[in-house]
Amino acid sequence: MPETPNATTRAILAQLGEVLLGKPQALRLALACLLARGHLLIEDQPGVGKTTLAHALAVTLGLGFQRVQFTSDLLPADLIGVTIFDAAKQGFSFHAGPLFSQVLLADEINRTTPKTQSALLEAMEERQVSVDGKTYPLPEPFFVIATQNPSQQIGTFPLPESQLDRFLMRLSLGLPDAAAERELLSGRDRREILASQPACITSTELQRLQTQASAIHVGERILDYVQALLAKSRSLPEISQGLSPRAGLAILAAARAWALIDGHDHVRPEDVQAVLPCVAGHRLNAAETRLGGAALVRQLIESVPLP
Amino acid sequence: MAEPHRSPPLPRAAGYFLLVTAALGLAPFLPYLPTGMSILAALLLLWHGWLVHQEAASPSRITLLLIAALGVVLTLNEYHMLFGKQAGLSLLAMLLPLKLLETRRRRDARAALLLCCFLLSGQFLNAQSMAVAVCVLLCATAIIATSAKLEQPGLTLRSALDTALRLLGGAVPLMLVLFILFPRIDGPLWGMPLDAYAGTGLSDAMQPGSISNLIPSGEIAFRAEFEGTLPPPAQRYWRGPVLTEFDGRTWKIREGGRRRQPDYLPQGPAYHYTLTLEAHNRNWLLAMDYPGADAPDALYGDDLVLFARRPVRSRIRTTLSAYPATAVGMQERASTLRAALRLPPASNPRSVALGAALQARHADPAARVAAAIDFMRNAHLAYTLYPPLLGQDSADEFLFDSKRGFCEHFASSFAILMRAAGVPARVVTGYQGGELNPLDGTLVIRQSDAHAWTEVWLAGRGWMRVDPTAASAPRRIDDGLASALPSNEQLPLMLRQDVEWLRNLRFRWEALNNGWNQWVIGYNARRQLELMRSLGLPDADWHQLAGLLAACAGAWLAWLAIRLWPRRARLDALDRCWQRACRKLARRGLRRQTWETPKDFAERAACALPQHADAITAIAEAYTTLRYGPTAQDHARKLAALEAAVQQFRP
Repeated sequence: MPETPNATTRAILAQLGEVLLGKPQALRLALACLLARGHLLIEDQPGVGKTTLAHALAVTLGLGFQRVQFTSDLLPADLIGVTIFDAAKQGFSFHAGPLFSQVLLADEINRTTPKTQSALLEAMEERQVSVDGKTYPLPEPFFVIATQNPSQQIGTFPLPESQLDRFLMRLSLGLPDAAAERELLSGRDRREILASQPACITSTELQRLQTQASAIHVGERILDYVQALLAKSRSLPEISQGLSPRAGLAILAAARAWALIDGHDHVRPEDVQAVLPCVAGHRLNAAETRLGGAALVRQLIESVPLP
Repeated sequence: MAEPHRSPPLPRAAGYFLLVTAALGLAPFLPYLPTGMSILAALLLLWHGWLVHQEAASPSRITLLLIAALGVVLTLNEYHMLFGKQAGLSLLAMLLPLKLLETRRRRDARAALLLCCFLLSGQFLNAQSMAVAVCVLLCATAIIATSAKLEQPGLTLRSALDTALRLLGGAVPLMLVLFILFPRIDGPLWGMPLDAYAGTGLSDAMQPGSISNLIPSGEIAFRAEFEGTLPPPAQRYWRGPVLTEFDGRTWKIREGGRRRQPDYLPQGPAYHYTLTLEAHNRNWLLAMDYPGADAPDALYGDDLVLFARRPVRSRIRTTLSAYPATAVGMQERASTLRAALRLPPASNPRSVALGAALQARHADPAARVAAAIDFMRNAHLAYTLYPPLLGQDSADEFLFDSKRGFCEHFASSFAILMRAAGVPARVVTGYQGGELNPLDGTLVIRQSDAHAWTEVWLAGRGWMRVDPTAASAPRRIDDGLASALPSNEQLPLMLRQDVEWLRNLRFRWEALNNGWNQWVIGYNARRQLELMRSLGLPDADWHQLAGLLAACAGAWLAWLAIRLWPRRARLDALDRCWQRACRKLARRGLRRQTWETPKDFAERAACALPQHADAITAIAEAYTTLRYGPTAQDHARKLAALEAAVQQFRP
């Protein structure tokens, strides 16, 4: 990996790297996702560090953090909060649920019912919650970092396409390499490290970074390229459902954030190609071939010439 | 990162493509190869298919060399040489699966495809029928689809086939223009190494059974297309070799002179026709009796046979005329007549005695002939395709014992009788009859129409045709073989008259084939001239043809170019500069993929050429910044710097 010229992002990545060993690419993508104001879905086998990554991101970025373990009997009210009668005030008052935090870690999101998943949907899209006719804004910034087990596992409710689309990126961590795994075995407990780490930036600084990211220059050729990718995704025979215009916007936002981490003032084709697997992978539906999202994206990239 | 100097490994899907293509390319050869080679090639292909399916490693080089040696031994065993057409094809057919077995990378696969192309053209060495052309087109599609798959491994079967068909479709007009307009020269451009002729047909000798062996063959011997009326069946005698020498069992040709002009005067009504003769590797032309003096490029033999100057090794087309009423052999040489009277001593004693009796009874030779015919008619000889095997004195056994025979028995026995009776006689082999194809009006003469008859010489009347078969089975001459045979005798399927739809189908197929032969295979200089004349170019010489060819081909290519033009993006100075750098790297074997970003390409190139790593990285970085970054104030200066860097870049 070339070093990041941007000092702030480099510091963030370095600190994240202490917790999650041997996964620099995944860390960069996760950071880019948050810098692009996107929600992050981490999908992988149990025990590879999904929750640790979500936790570490919240801590390092200095964000308020709530964790909810999603189960099949979790109800929307358990997330959003409830209005109850306050005898002292002789009136109803709203008790905010764990949703009202800067980072909501939705652990094993695909274990809960579609009803609760949908409740999360409004919050993610609108960044506000309506209860009993009253609308409560969510804190700024607001992220959902969800983890899920691969959907083949027993007792899961796979997220529908519309819900998947709300996540800017879907990351897969994968197993660490031998050296990183060895270091992990010999090192301290991850939780202890996390607890001892300070926040790298404040939430204000984070918002400034997000503004910077959205101001990154995108040239005509890049727009042409992203449009060509979208068009090709709809005509490739291997893909039954191509990318939507919203997916195109997501690609651009993620590529901008990636360029910011790289220290450039403009988006380059390699930025688009770098974020494309995570941004497009979960939005593509494979046709009869059981190709995974990553393989499909690889094929998509290789069938679109650079303009 | 892959090593840039090595061709990428072949994905399994491309392996399947290659396998199917090779199988398609190889299959048409298998029937022509020696059995051992066919089995070897098929086994090698199956083995390769299994290896591809299992994604197993290729066999070792030693194994492949041993198999190659086995193939060489098999070829040598069959052909006793490694050169020549069949031996060469046999070796090629083994080399293709061998090449597949050592195909690991993309460049091996490309070489294998080239070998497939070579085999493709080899198919025409075996046969030039329509089926072969269709097969070649199929294989060509498969080859193009496979090469598309090799270059773009992401292609599906459908899109690869689509690409292939579109490319072939674009090439078809060009092919037609080249075929029609390319100046033709007379005769083949190169000679084909000759293989032993294996087809059926008449030979220069006849013994009992040699003609009835031809009957089961529905193969076409020749076609005749008459101008105007058709001759009646009784005059459709197509003369092949004339057999004068008889050794007691076998009739043989008596070699005589050949001249440019006939030594008889054609008389009477004439029939003009075009003869399309299939290759039979002999000189005789099988003209209808008796050929007029206007046969082009032909020689007239002593025994009234028309000869081509060279053996007929490929299908030929020639215009001939026939004058059936001509009197021939009025002034026959004494030596010829002596030969036509010669009988071996102590052979067929009963027939010779009968002949001598006829001579004693009748003073007039014509009366002896009539008496012999009468004898044969009254002897109740049966006409059959399956005569009993005859011993040493075949005429005696046929005439007096078995009384069952085919035309060669009739002709041979009658000639012996005549010679014994002092009348010069000889056996003529050839074809009799023919079947009219109602669709294209040609008379089709098959091997099953092969026939043998007799000629006797009478003073003052010359050579007279006597068909002893007609005496016993007159319907053979008027209605063809099928009606002459006893009804309980099984006919070959192709000759049966009752299967109407089958006959119709056959007529259609043969008319189609005839069109193919006449217009595609037989498209020669003369045909080309005719076509040009009908297109309004009366005297097209090769200059005009070449000019027309260039104009048509150029117009088609220009149209294709115009259609494809907008797909090429307009390039500005910056792109041109970058492409120049890419071209310089391409000369070192580093080709940028169309989807590859400058940065990725630069990293790949820097790994391959470490000594130039800095320059490559700098150029790619400068290009990327200028290309994708916001337009800077000093854009022009930076562009100039990049151009200078590319100019100096010498990988």
